[in-house]
Amino acid sequence: MISARALTRRFQDGRHERLALAGVDLDVSAGEYVVVYGRSGAGKTTLLNLLGGLDRPTGGAVTVDGVDLTTLAGDRLAALRRDRIGFVFQTFGLLAELTAAENVEVPLRLLRTPAGNRDARVRAALERVGLGSRGRHLPDQLSGGEQQRVAIARALVADAPLVLADEPTSQLDSASSHAIATILRELVDTRGLTAVVTTHDPIVVAAADRTIELDDGHVVADRSGA
Amino acid sequence: MNGRIVCRSLVKVFKTEDVEVVALQGLDLLVEPGELVAVVGASGSGKSTLQSILAGLESPTAGTAEVAGWDLTSLSERRRREFRLTTVGLVWQQTAANVVPYLTVAENVAVPLLLRGARLRERRVRLADTLELVGLQELPDERSETLSSGDRQLLAVAVAMANSPAVLLADEPTAELDTESSGRLFAALQTVSAAGVTVVVTTHDPLVSASVERTITIRDGRTSAETIRRTAGAVGEDFAVLDAAGRLQLPPEYVQALGLGGRVRLVLDEDRIEVRPEYGRRGPAT
Repeated sequence: MISARALTRRFQDGRHERLALAGVDLDVSAGEYVVVYGRSGAGKTTLLNLLGGLDRPTGGAVTVDGVDLTTLAGDRLAALRRDRIGFVFQTFGLLAELTAAENVEVPLRLLRTPAGNRDARVRAALERVGLGSRGRHLPDQLSGGEQQRVAIARALVADAPLVLADEPTSQLDSASSHAIATILRELVDTRGLTAVVTTHDPIVVAAADRTIELDDGHVVADRSGA
Repeated sequence: MNGRIVCRSLVKVFKTEDVEVVALQGLDLLVEPGELVAVVGASGSGKSTLQSILAGLESPTAGTAEVAGWDLTSLSERRRREFRLTTVGLVWQQTAANVVPYLTVAENVAVPLLLRGARLRERRVRLADTLELVGLQELPDERSETLSSGDRQLLAVAVAMANSPAVLLADEPTAELDTESSGRLFAALQTVSAAGVTVVVTTHDPLVSASVERTITIRDGRTSAETIRRTAGAVGEDFAVLDAAGRLQLPPEYVQALGLGGRVRLVLDEDRIEVRPEYGRRGPAT
């Protein structure tokens, strides 16, 4: 599903160059639930952004389903993200003036999904995250955990085969974190999704098939099986 | 486009389990089409509640609120959605609340157009127009998260303007920006207003309130004062606001200077009304 080779990313911090990712090799198979953990600054978010085509590497290559992201033009890359990848962020990223259902509808609109299909899919996605009755609420009428579940519903509504989540529970209490970890686990088990999740959170780590530890831009451990 | 805003005796009460908070208590407001006004007030004064009502996100408890001919007191859910998608544009203080981080500049502008069901030709025209309006025309494929915070807030204005609203509401839009970015954002709001769109900005930013013709002060859930500037940057002329029920809020410094409180004496003269302490300045006679 995902293949990264010698993936490298340098950032320019003023006059200094910072090596955020130092030649990472990584293969993720379809249907895997992979957690990437490590200290802050270890390169987790940089790696996730490169795997999702949200950022471009300084060196090396990433392919998703055989498509090389490093050579795609900006608009083609945006199209691939819309089509293949659902994103979840630590700060939820919901639009404040749209209801939960409208936020979930956004990817379907961007993909020009016919109207007849949209409402049912939005409802199904909200039900899958346990928010079937909250579609009409605005984000600020929902708790943090509920907002993150809306963001997950948005990530899966268009049937993207890959979900990338960056620290999805870092703003949540432990009960909400359990709920999010369980939902992600169920999606992988029942729908065959592939999930790559960066986290500090032991609750999320405990639910994974495979954990990859990053330190200073290197993979220092890769463990399968809980 | 007729983005007139009329609020009369607007009341909003928030009820939680056993607490009632009166956020607006009889607010009056008139903003003419194409006007650019600043709304100022301490936190808790009710200005954010006012924005939420004008945006169609909250319903008033009593009184009337009319925006561009829409009566916001009695909207069905379907009509409310139509109002939000066709008539008002919103810019929030937190840039994260205005744009989806993983979408590009062009995709973010497309979202409100697609939610309204706009066709491809219109989407192309509106994308080009709104990006030009805010000066982001070179960056359609840039991801919004990689923009500077100033550019991201300009993108928020482009998103808010996508459906050609009659009214643009901006809630502390410069709060997270440096002076240079604030200046660019305010210039974009002025351009929007010059095109005939009514712009209401709630702000703490003296740079913004000093640059608009009219600043409305809200205190304790009511419109309490207005400052009118004939030219930008000039010293403003201050007015108090008499509401529909004949109530007037005296500036706190006036009240303090004369030690006013409780009852006061009112004296009607030919061309003025005087407000005096009940017992003169020395307190009750002994």
